[in-house]
Amino acid sequence: MSKGIATREAYGNALAEIGADSRIVVLDADLSKSTKTEVFKKKYPERFINMGIAESNMMAAAAGIASCGKVVFASTFAMFAAGRAFEQVRNSICYPALNVKIGATHAGLTVGEDGASHQSIEDIALMRAVPNMTVICPADGVEARLATIAASKVDGPVYLRFSRMVAPVIFDENTYKFEIGKGVTVSEGTDVAIIATGTMVSEAVVAAEQLKSEGISARVINIHTIKPIDKDIIVKAAKDTGAIVTCEEHNIIGGLGSAVAEVLVENYPVPVKMVGVQDKFGKSGKANEVMKLYGLTADNIIAKAKEAIAMKKA
Amino acid sequence: MNETQIKDLKKYSTILRKHIIEQVFSSQSGHPGGSLSCADIMAVLYFKEMRVDPKNPKWEDRDRFVLSKGHCSPALYAALAEKGFFPKEELVKFRNIDSFLEGHPSMRYVPGVDMSTGSLGQGISAAFGMAMAGKIDNKDYNVFAILGDGELQEGQVWEALMSAAHYKLDNLIAFLDHNHLQIDGKITEVLSPEPVDEKIKAFGWQVIAINGHDYSQIIEAIDEAKKTKGKPTMIIAETVKGKGVSFMENQAGWHGSAPNKEQRDTAIAELDAVLAGMEV
Repeated sequence: MSKGIATREAYGNALAEIGADSRIVVLDADLSKSTKTEVFKKKYPERFINMGIAESNMMAAAAGIASCGKVVFASTFAMFAAGRAFEQVRNSICYPALNVKIGATHAGLTVGEDGASHQSIEDIALMRAVPNMTVICPADGVEARLATIAASKVDGPVYLRFSRMVAPVIFDENTYKFEIGKGVTVSEGTDVAIIATGTMVSEAVVAAEQLKSEGISARVINIHTIKPIDKDIIVKAAKDTGAIVTCEEHNIIGGLGSAVAEVLVENYPVPVKMVGVQDKFGKSGKANEVMKLYGLTADNIIAKAKEAIAMKKA
Repeated sequence: MNETQIKDLKKYSTILRKHIIEQVFSSQSGHPGGSLSCADIMAVLYFKEMRVDPKNPKWEDRDRFVLSKGHCSPALYAALAEKGFFPKEELVKFRNIDSFLEGHPSMRYVPGVDMSTGSLGQGISAAFGMAMAGKIDNKDYNVFAILGDGELQEGQVWEALMSAAHYKLDNLIAFLDHNHLQIDGKITEVLSPEPVDEKIKAFGWQVIAINGHDYSQIIEAIDEAKKTKGKPTMIIAETVKGKGVSFMENQAGWHGSAPNKEQRDTAIAELDAVLAGMEV
């Protein structure tokens, strides 16, 4: 996989790309350099509003602007978008189903050096629990661009989860098809299915290659839309392989692993192992060091895949 | 303002007060005190000031209204029904399982409701957003909002006030329904937001203090707000919680409790007497 751009950067670029549509208004909470909404700001300053360090006000204001026929993108770090402003997102945006897209960047542990206070590991759980909300977590720059464009065409709230670090390129920008709610089979396999989202998709690809060299056939599925989740691709994977590993840069409580388990227990129960943050706060360190410390690595995916397969045979 | 206009507004506000009592009585839940305190302001907004069209509730050039103190939905529903946004017969189904009149206003269900509110502090931010959108699109509509004085305890209100002044939103006209009471008692005893005039002025707003039950003063304050360029206006309306129903006036206990049959009859009789007195 070649080096690409961070999903947050693809987001900022995509906003500028679709910004000619005068309905689009972008809000930021003093983080436009980090969230990359500054790319939009430079091109369309008349439709960029800096809301200052006041995220609660920003989310309810976004609702008010959207109620006047605008497509509003409101950006800040995931910690503050889904965390601090949770209730504004719930009551002012989701309850009236207003056309607000939340561009939440710096999600998960890869915030790195800033440490636990800024490492959002609960946002998927919070956002997917709210009715009317769509939750999307892109895996690379190509997907982040397409997800942003697709979200702008949805009439209703969307939570877009982006990451800080440069993401390896997984998808071909010329051929990749993105559809909200449709999972993507990245590679075929029959012994186990690795279902990943966001930054963990590239780790899943590396893990599957290693497993292949050990004679284990692992399917890799990218679930970019955590809600509404693609039940069909998950149930089919369970039927075809009989063992599942989920991978996410998020707490194992309430995130992708939980969403996949919810689908399976109701439809086709098979062993599920979850790679994710094991209900602990993060810590400071370089992004790759933190990811390693919390087991968010290809090596751990491989170990969990073997455990899931063993459970299947038992 | 001539005599006839004043008389009209008094009639409307009394009718709104009757609707408020009937709604809260029929559902045996809801918030009469704060609904009654803002009834005169609501009457001026919907029957004198606001550019709205009940036949086209989503008209994009309409004036907007946000009831930031969303628990006073009976006052808003009364005004909307009386204005013709939906049949008045619906009012007595307030808070019922088969009614669209939710406990707190929902813009998805109720024609004429411009923003879903109920969680305090959020409405004024949404009103800021609507005013901002108006500026972006060069529209000439105004955005009106009513805040409760207890609501000022929500930090988000001050974020919104700071933002509206920063962006010079002179199309935003808010009322503070200053009735001095909240659920647990006097606002100054629970957690004082005073001095509200100086604080709001310091946040960059034009502040106009009025008697919130005097129609001429309400209208003059709105005129002044409309004339003022470059800053939003907060009209601090001195009001009486429970206004218009003798036994509810200035009683924190009537913040969120419903009258029984006897109390309802007394209240309606008092309000009917006001209407009858106007006929003479």
